[in-house]
Amino acid sequence: MSDLLTPVFIAAFIGACIAGAIPLMLAAIGETVGEQSGVLNLGIEGMMLMGAYFGYVVALDTGSLWWGMLGGAVAGAGMSLVLMILSVWLGLNQIVLGIAITLAGVGTTTVLYNQTYSQTAPRVDPSPWVIPGLSKIPVIGQSVFSQSGIFWGAIILAVAVSWLLSRTNWGLCIKAAGQKPSSLDAAGGSVMKTRSQAVLVGGVFAGLGGAYLSLVETSAFTPHMTNGLGYIAIIVTMLSRGRILWVAVVSFAYGLTVAVGTALQLTSLDIPTDVITMLPYIVVMLVLLIFARNVYISPALGAPYTRGAR
Amino acid sequence: MAKSDQGRLRSVSYLLIRSVLPILMALVVAGILLVIIGKDPIGFYIGVFQNGIMGDNWQHSLVMMTPLLLIAIGLIVAFRGQLWNLGYDGQFLLAGVVVAGLAPQLIEATSPGVAYLLLTIAAVVVGAAWTYIPAHLKARFGTNEIITTLVMSIIGVGLTNILIHYFFQDPSVRTPRTSSIPMDVMLPYIPGTHVHVGFIIAIIAAIVFQFILKRTSFGLRLDVFGASPKSARHVGIKSGRMIILLFAISGGLIGLAASMDIFGQWGYMRTNWNPAYGDEIVPFVFLARLSPLGAIPFIAFYSVFATGGMIASQEAGFSSQFLKVIVALILIFMAITEYIGTKRDLGQSYLPDELKETIKRPFANFASRGGKP
Amino acid sequence: MPGTTDNSEEPALIALHGITKAFPGVIANNDISLELFAGQVHCLLGENGAGKSTLISILAGLQMPDSGTIEVLGKPVVIGSPRIAMRLGIGVVHQHSTLVPTLSVIENLMLGESGLRLREKQAKDRLEELSELLGTKINPHSAARDLGLGQQQQVEIAKAMWTGTQLLILDEPTSMLTPSAIDNLAESLERVKARGIGIVFITHKLREAYRMGDCVTVLRGGRNVAFLSRDNLRDLSEEDVKSSILRAMFGEDLSAVGNADQAAELAGASEARRETRARVVDGAVRLQFAGVSSGGRSMDTPVKDVSFELRSGEILGIAGIDGHGQVPLAELAAGQRSVSSGTITLEAEDITRMGVRARQAAGVRYVTDDRLHEGTVPNLSVALNLMLKRIGQAPFWRFGQINNKAIDNHAQGLIDKYSIRTPSSHTRVGTLSGGNIQKVLLARELEGGARVVVVNKPTAGLDLKTVRLVHEMLQDFVDTGGSVLLISTEMDELVELSHRIAILSRGRLVGMVENDGADVAERVGVFMTGGSSDGEE
Repeated sequence: MSDLLTPVFIAAFIGACIAGAIPLMLAAIGETVGEQSGVLNLGIEGMMLMGAYFGYVVALDTGSLWWGMLGGAVAGAGMSLVLMILSVWLGLNQIVLGIAITLAGVGTTTVLYNQTYSQTAPRVDPSPWVIPGLSKIPVIGQSVFSQSGIFWGAIILAVAVSWLLSRTNWGLCIKAAGQKPSSLDAAGGSVMKTRSQAVLVGGVFAGLGGAYLSLVETSAFTPHMTNGLGYIAIIVTMLSRGRILWVAVVSFAYGLTVAVGTALQLTSLDIPTDVITMLPYIVVMLVLLIFARNVYISPALGAPYTRGAR
Repeated sequence: MAKSDQGRLRSVSYLLIRSVLPILMALVVAGILLVIIGKDPIGFYIGVFQNGIMGDNWQHSLVMMTPLLLIAIGLIVAFRGQLWNLGYDGQFLLAGVVVAGLAPQLIEATSPGVAYLLLTIAAVVVGAAWTYIPAHLKARFGTNEIITTLVMSIIGVGLTNILIHYFFQDPSVRTPRTSSIPMDVMLPYIPGTHVHVGFIIAIIAAIVFQFILKRTSFGLRLDVFGASPKSARHVGIKSGRMIILLFAISGGLIGLAASMDIFGQWGYMRTNWNPAYGDEIVPFVFLARLSPLGAIPFIAFYSVFATGGMIASQEAGFSSQFLKVIVALILIFMAITEYIGTKRDLGQSYLPDELKETIKRPFANFASRGGKP
Repeated sequence: MPGTTDNSEEPALIALHGITKAFPGVIANNDISLELFAGQVHCLLGENGAGKSTLISILAGLQMPDSGTIEVLGKPVVIGSPRIAMRLGIGVVHQHSTLVPTLSVIENLMLGESGLRLREKQAKDRLEELSELLGTKINPHSAARDLGLGQQQQVEIAKAMWTGTQLLILDEPTSMLTPSAIDNLAESLERVKARGIGIVFITHKLREAYRMGDCVTVLRGGRNVAFLSRDNLRDLSEEDVKSSILRAMFGEDLSAVGNADQAAELAGASEARRETRARVVDGAVRLQFAGVSSGGRSMDTPVKDVSFELRSGEILGIAGIDGHGQVPLAELAAGQRSVSSGTITLEAEDITRMGVRARQAAGVRYVTDDRLHEGTVPNLSVALNLMLKRIGQAPFWRFGQINNKAIDNHAQGLIDKYSIRTPSSHTRVGTLSGGNIQKVLLARELEGGARVVVVNKPTAGLDLKTVRLVHEMLQDFVDTGGSVLLISTEMDELVELSHRIAILSRGRLVGMVENDGADVAERVGVFMTGGSSDGEE
């Protein structure tokens, strides 16, 4: 057991935490912005997969992870257009559309992948940013400060969104659109415009989360690779009550369970793989059971807004 | 209430259009997508037809239809109450693994008939039980059931694998799977066909539930509850009880589907097997306007598509997951046709006011500039 | 003649010409023309359904007229959105709060501003400025939902005036205010007027229009039927003003709402007085609340330690500012909400633990104020809605199976008895007008062995003829021995119908007033202000 606590192991453990947390955090940030504005995005799985696949494709073509991330963001945004036009603009049922988007994302990425890459399954070059100086710090240096540059990009984005939500007029509009859309309308804002922007941001971040998963975490795309992560993002959002800081904290807690699961596999305890993969979901269910009262949903969620509805 | 024959004809044809149009449009768009990835759509659709209906293949479709129809009824019961039971995968697999795992020994110990009866009941109970936690959370705390049923489903899928590995493993083989039920004691066929009697049970279930939902007091209470929980409370319907009951019925029907499928079609279960029936029939449940009898033609259509499409896509060289894309397209087109239909019924324009004004706004701004004080 | 101006020298601030707006089935505004001037309070008077709200939403940019023109200072404009209305200097204080409850006052005020960063300092300065103008003091950081209704309204006025207003429109501003809060409002409006800002004051109460208005326009059935200018109001006697307004408001329908006095009362022209009918208020106690407090978790004000007795043949009124526990109280009586302490007794029987269905069977009925989302299921037929609380009962259901013929016959009987206007008993209830939906609710609750009926805001949003009809139904019910718990925010209604009036404040019953003479409203009003910390001195 003692060989578990070596610096190398701990560094790997922290690395696993980060790897488990960041895709979730990115997706949950997008979902938070959307839900704060009153739109429930159930298509998040589909958007993440599209982001993962198209990020992978672009990264392979261009040889750069950054372009890949951008590709993933665009793919996610593209999928979110369906939700934006049909649900925000026309008022169609968000749940049904979300299911459709997820099905479309899963189906499309699987078919395309099988067509193109299933024989070759190429990998992407991880290219970590080894920050001089800081990376020499024992344990933390190897784990935190040797992450891919994209990790830092994700952190900056999280801070940026947090600032946007709390310190700008745009953030205020989003909150009003989610709490009481008629107030926003009466104040001269546009509920449709605000929610459209929020949905697009949601799509971008879902795509980024998926792309992070395929590019940074596993360096390749596999069909169905998100495996329910999008739904966990929705739970993270509901537990965080609109605060990006909480989103980050809860995401890292999730990353912790994933890392623990991986660590358990290395021990001599013969724990079946299935239990390991199920572990985070069981934890999530327990959290929902214990914190049932605190799961918060904004009042206007799921209901389309019509001005002056009779 | 007298309705003119012409009026009735119009409303029936109207209904037909609203139901069939989304499917047609989806098939057209799917065809275009196939062309984009360099496949032949006409060839594919012909392949679907051939492999789904021609020769003896229609019988395979009906066998496929059995679990699909039962799951559809299960979803209809929940959706009519505005309860989103999205945990069908986990419920199906857990019920199925209990049946598949215990059947071989139980058949030997007693008789096929007794084993079937007991295990079917067990499957119904397991399916219903797996809905309990999400149902309780919703009834007590109002927790969103979409998420809870989905997570329980994921856990259920994993649990199924564990059960096969550690409790129900067939000792005589090395691959991870349960022992097989001997072919000759599986569910008997309908005479003259290769379709097992589970199909009849599915049809009977559709008829029974159609009656329950449309003609009984329970059905009306369900409708009121689904229309508005606030009204339900006002009228004296106990919401908490209704939620648990509806979820249990839904899960139970899905468990029944698993039992019929294992006893009639597969005879065993292996790890990492998830036919994901539920995902694919969601739009058809809505197209049928949440009516069990109405669902029969739609599910039949999809069964043909699934059976034929699986083979046709393999022959054409692309993943059968393409069917998911078709289903997604049907969902989207259905939402759009419903929307247009509703707007037409209410005599409203097709674009909501705010959207119209957003389009008109550049012109309005221009005009108002002249009026600035 | 409608639309005549008395200030021929200055141009009107805002002029409306021939505004028409129709919705499916009704013409809400029919060729309306009028002029609004700076530094004046222009009252728009009319009963519910006369078209006032539609006109306001057109001015506010929420709706577009089908035809007609609007001019600001002589130049034609198109008010295509709330944003444009704001830019034109039109500020609207709506009848129902437009504040976001979870955001703070200052956040609510900054909502809708342009630019990226939130400019809190500037906003606070502007709030200071406006608070001085209005004569109030508001904490910028309190959450909007924590403010008292009077203060909320001050914030709404500040919001309407946030970006340089020329015209301030107030839609039924006094409907939820205590008498002293109304005085505060009048003072604030005087100060606003003195700054040269024009004010439009919408009301359905004649005496308010008379008190607050410099000039009055009367709307009826979507048309502008009368205009009384400043000179008219100055020169004519109060009686003449009131009678000419009444004639304009009711026209030939005057007889339909009773004699002139009753019409005047309905129109809120005079202080309401209780209709004298033979009263026996020493009947047996029918419903009793003893120290009842509500349990369970919910968002609204809980009821604490409420006790009262309701006798047979009695109408007990429950007055109070909206949101002080009316719905919880009604739900406690109906069995929809659980009791955490105290007992509820029906005649001799303790029904505290009884559920909704059992209470309905025992004769306790509830007419909810939420007609479309609670009282009825809009997509179901009238016939089924009339049966909604008796699902499963014989002979309408036999062995669990529905008996459509019995349900239809029963429904037809009720439709005839209560004059419910509907194409048939199979029509979806959601397509009926508000008044007819209310008749459906009353037909359902007052029949079939009802002994105690709890009604919450029974005449909200209804036109005067239907209001009178509903009042008659309630009075007939108690005349035959029933009891009514009348929960209402309309003081006039309470005074007209109740034998006694209790006042609900912050979930407690703080007083009981016998309705035995004049100045009942004042006595009730005293209880509503006493001790409340909602900012009203």
